Amino acid sequence: MAKTYDAGVKEYRETYWMPDYTPKETDILACFKVTPQDGVPREEVAAAVAAESSTGTWTTVWTDLLTDLDYYKGRAYAIEDVPGDDTCFYAFIAYPIDLFEEGSVVNVMTSLVGNVFGFKALRALRLEDIRFPLAYVMTCNGPPQGIQVERDMLNKYGRPLLGCTIKPKLGLSAKNYGRACYEGLRGGLDFTKDDENVNSQPFMRWKHRFDFVMEAIQKAEAETGEKKGHYLNVTAPTADEMMKRAEYAKEIGAPIIMHDYLTGGWAANTQLAQWCRDNGMLLHIHRAMHAVLDRNPHHGIHFRVLTKILRLSGGDHLHSGTVVGKLEGDRDATLGWIDIMRDSYVKEDRSRGIFFDQDWGAMPGVLPVASGGIHVWHMPALVNIFGDDSVLQFGGGTLGHPWGNAAGAAANRVAVEACVEARNEGRELEKEGKDILTAAAKHSPELAAAMETWKEIKFEFDTVDKLDVSHK
Amino acid sequence: MQDYQSSLSDPSSRKFETFSYLPEFTPEQIRKQIEYIVSKGWNPGIEHTEPENAGGHYWYMWKLPMFGETDVDAILKEVEACHAAHPNNHVRLLGFDNFAQSAGASMVIYRGKTV
Repeated sequence: MAKTYDAGVKEYRETYWMPDYTPKETDILACFKVTPQDGVPREEVAAAVAAESSTGTWTTVWTDLLTDLDYYKGRAYAIEDVPGDDTCFYAFIAYPIDLFEEGSVVNVMTSLVGNVFGFKALRALRLEDIRFPLAYVMTCNGPPQGIQVERDMLNKYGRPLLGCTIKPKLGLSAKNYGRACYEGLRGGLDFTKDDENVNSQPFMRWKHRFDFVMEAIQKAEAETGEKKGHYLNVTAPTADEMMKRAEYAKEIGAPIIMHDYLTGGWAANTQLAQWCRDNGMLLHIHRAMHAVLDRNPHHGIHFRVLTKILRLSGGDHLHSGTVVGKLEGDRDATLGWIDIMRDSYVKEDRSRGIFFDQDWGAMPGVLPVASGGIHVWHMPALVNIFGDDSVLQFGGGTLGHPWGNAAGAAANRVAVEACVEARNEGRELEKEGKDILTAAAKHSPELAAAMETWKEIKFEFDTVDKLDVSHK
Repeated sequence: MQDYQSSLSDPSSRKFETFSYLPEFTPEQIRKQIEYIVSKGWNPGIEHTEPENAGGHYWYMWKLPMFGETDVDAILKEVEACHAAHPNNHVRLLGFDNFAQSAGASMVIYRGKTV
C-alpha cells in the first residue's frame, strides 16, 4: 500500500533504528564511536547518525515518497558499550552498496564522514572501522603494483626493504640533495625518500631534484650491482601539475614516485595510482595530516579506516608507524592495520581494534613503511614486528651516523641482514637483539659506530590513542 | 672516522642482495638457512650466472626447482653440484613460495669473482 505524506519532524529511530536487520554481504558497514549530548537516548543518536550519513534530513519532505527510501536508507542495526568508557558507545550502521559510486573512496567518505560529524546532538563522533564488501572492493583500482610485483621489479627477496628520508627536510639545493641520496644508496639502502613537504620550492625546484637524484640512483646501481630507487614526491598544487611531474619521473627512468594522499587529496591519489598501474611505476604514500584525523580517541577517523581508503584508492607503500620510534602507535592496533594493508583476508579481532571481517579478494597488498625516530638498536624489534614485507626507513638513523650517510646505510643494512639471518635460524630477536647486533658489528665497523652513537636514545611515552579494550 | 670503501672501479663493491652485507656464510650457517626454507614449506631452487651478467632478472636455472624436497643434505648436494659445474659463477639458492608467487628467500651461496 502506498504511504501518505505527513509533514513535520519525526524521530530518527522510527525510520533508521533497525535492531532486527541482518546486514547483507554487499552492504557497506561502519562502526562509529558516538559521544552523545547528555540526555539523548542511544538508539535515537545511532539512528540520527545513520540518517545523516545516508538519505535523511531533519524533516520529512514530500520527495521522500517518490523513491524507495526504505531501500536506500542507512540502517543502525546494533549498539555496543565501549569498554571502560561510559561517555560513548559503538553504533553499527549498514548502507546499501548503491548509495555509493563505484571505485570512489571520495564518494564513500563524503557520506560517512560528511555533515554528520557536525551534527548538534553529538558531542563527538569517530569512524572506527568500515567493512567494504568484496563487491565494492572489486570496483576499485587498488595498489598499482603490489608487494610481489615490487619484489620482482627490484630483485629483493626474503628481507624487509631499507629506506632513508633525506634530511634536513627543507632547504637543500638539488645537487646537495642528490649527494645525500647517492651516499645512502651506495652504502646499501634500497630507497631514499623525499620528505612529505618536499614539492617544488624556490630553493629546489622539482625538475632539478629529479635529475640529480636520478644520477645518484644510476651511479649507486652501477657501483653496488643492486637495484635502487628514490621516492620522487610528485605532490603538487594541482592534479595536472602532479601528472606532469609523474610523467617526467617515468621519462628519466625512475622506478618509484610518491604522493601525500591526505593533503594532496583522494581524487588526485586515485588518478595517480591508476596512472602508475598503466605505466609500471611504484607508488609510495605518505600520510601527513593523519594525526589530525585519527589521534583523538573520541572524534575523527581511525587510522585503520584511512588505511583501507588508501588500499582502495591505490598505493604500494604506506607509512604505518613504527611502534618503537618517536611517533605515536599502539602495538596491537598497529599490527591490526598492518594486516589490513597486506593480507587478502582480515578477520574481526577486537584485540587489534578490527571490528569487521574484511575480504580484499585479489586486490594487491600495500607494504607498510616504518619510519620516524628509529635507529639501529630498534632493528631486532622492527624485523620481529613487521616481518619481511615492509620498508624500514631510517632518516636520522642513517644520516646521523658519525661517518656519514654511506656508513649509516651500511650499518643498517648489516643490522637488518643479521636480524633476518638470526630470525631464520629460529632465534628470538627481541630477546637476543643485543647479542645479534654485537656479533654482526665485529665484521662491520660502520655498525659498531652506529651502535655506539645511538645506544642511549629511547622514545618512551604513553600512547594517547589506545585501543578501547586496553582501558578495561 | 673511516672512509667508506666502494667505487665503480673496485669490483669488490658489487653486492648480491640479501645477506651480501654479511661475511660469506659457513657451511653450518648455510644449512640453517636451508632448514628455514624447508620449514616454511617453500620449494628450493638453484640459479647461477656469469658475474658479468648478474644484473638481469633471469639467471640460469640449475635443473628444475626441487619441488617438495625437504632433505637438507639433498638440497646442499645440488648447490655443490651446480658450483662444481660452474666454479666461476655466482650460485644462489631460492625458496619459492607458490602461494605468494614470490621467492620467500634468496641468497647467493657461492660468490664468483665480481666484475
